[in-house]
Amino acid sequence: MIYVSLYVSLTAVALSTLFSIPIAVVMGFSDFPGKQFVKSVINTGMGFPSVVVGLLVLFAVSNQGPLGALELVFTKQAMIMSQFVLATPPITAISLAAISGVDGNVRDAARVLGGTRVDVALVVLKEARYGIATAILAGFGRAISEVGSVLIVGGNITGADGISKTRTLTTAIQLEARQGQYGTAMILGAVLVALVLTVNAVVIRLGDQGVHR
Amino acid sequence: MPIHRRRFVAALGAGAVASTAGCAQFGGSQEETGAAVAGETLTLTTTTSTYDTGLLDEIHADFEEMYGVTVDAVAQGTGAALESARNGDSDVVMVHARGLEDEFMRNGYGINRRDLMFNDFVIVGPESDPAGIQGMESATEALTTIADAEAPFVSRGDNSGTHTKELNLWEAAGTEPGGDWYQEIGAGMGEALNNANQQGAYTLSDRGTFISQRSEVDLTILVQGPIEDGPEILANPYGIMAVNPGVHDNANYDLAMAYIGWITSPGTQDAISDYQMNGEQLFFPRAVSEDPDFQQYVPEGWSGNSTDG
Repeated sequence: MIYVSLYVSLTAVALSTLFSIPIAVVMGFSDFPGKQFVKSVINTGMGFPSVVVGLLVLFAVSNQGPLGALELVFTKQAMIMSQFVLATPPITAISLAAISGVDGNVRDAARVLGGTRVDVALVVLKEARYGIATAILAGFGRAISEVGSVLIVGGNITGADGISKTRTLTTAIQLEARQGQYGTAMILGAVLVALVLTVNAVVIRLGDQGVHR
Repeated sequence: MPIHRRRFVAALGAGAVASTAGCAQFGGSQEETGAAVAGETLTLTTTTSTYDTGLLDEIHADFEEMYGVTVDAVAQGTGAALESARNGDSDVVMVHARGLEDEFMRNGYGINRRDLMFNDFVIVGPESDPAGIQGMESATEALTTIADAEAPFVSRGDNSGTHTKELNLWEAAGTEPGGDWYQEIGAGMGEALNNANQQGAYTLSDRGTFISQRSEVDLTILVQGPIEDGPEILANPYGIMAVNPGVHDNANYDLAMAYIGWITSPGTQDAISDYQMNGEQLFFPRAVSEDPDFQQYVPEGWSGNSTDG
């Protein structure tokens, strides 16, 4: 369960990050018509209900859906897809805010010193790294604490040997609560909280090391 | 002629089940059916009661070992389990709502339905029994009494097999439930029992889930089902069906039939019979008999061309 939770959420967040940061950079460094509209779409996405995401992903991957041939329903891949959809808006929006918030003098200095566009972008990204780390943690938080959509697309499957296939900590908590096993549910809840705190601590530590390097 | 045709298809299907069942008994030799299933995964959508009672976990290891396969059991509730199967997202479906199963079969989504096992429903409530239904021999009378007293009643409200049975009971009682005392919670059996426990309400429960949760709640059985000589209307039969590979060609029909053959085999039926929780038997096998109850439906417009067999 812990493995499935971490595997699914970390994969989804990694993919979201690879997808989001370039978007945030492009949007942070350019003006184009409709930019405000794109921003508001991303911000709306942050509040998009997860069970609706689950339903939409289910329709997509179900045997009857457009991706049906890939046979993804009730797999980790389908869960990653739904968490990717959920984590991308917060990561993009918070990264964009962090990039936009970098002092204009930093950009100017980099440009004056003869930096190319890429150099300038790298300098700004370095300045914004705490904000971007916050963005990734926010996305991770949304992904790993999610239960509605992964239950729908993943199916909460564990093998007869007790090895979890698509059961995450959150869906296990839901299952235990459904059965009235509140004690077990609480223990799993504590494990989940500990896991989130650990990942946060690791990310923050990595960020600090980056400063002293 | 239609009856004749149905018999023919039934015989064909029964033959298939018998040969896979035989296959199971002889240690899974694949030559008999020509179907290679080892290494594959069977997706079973099922109701929460077979899952939450721990029955499937208990018996599936045997099947997985015998065939070298894995079973992905998805517990959804009867309505959702059938819908997943209808969409081709599962290979075999195990549920307990005969009316919905028949519809699924008639529409051609399912094939080779077998009676699997049964248990029963019970009406549970607080020991104080505010509506005074204890000892009633008629489930419909008990429900009418609860409705007349406007005593709190928790309904699953989730299109599950238990919910379907509850609605059938209200209909049989000629009472349309409604009002503040009737609460649809849209959740599983365990949650319904917890909810009823919290507010001293009545609810309809399958005996298995109630037994497995009895120590957690202050509820008691007020109207018994047929296992304890209660009315037959509270019977809770489970059926199993393969997803029709003619409708969904990705359905793993060979493995589904191996599973149906295995779960209806004498050995597995004994294992189901032996499965206990808190010292009580939860499910009563029904597939093994001199005259197995085997249903097959002929899809509408089927030409009856036997060479397709």
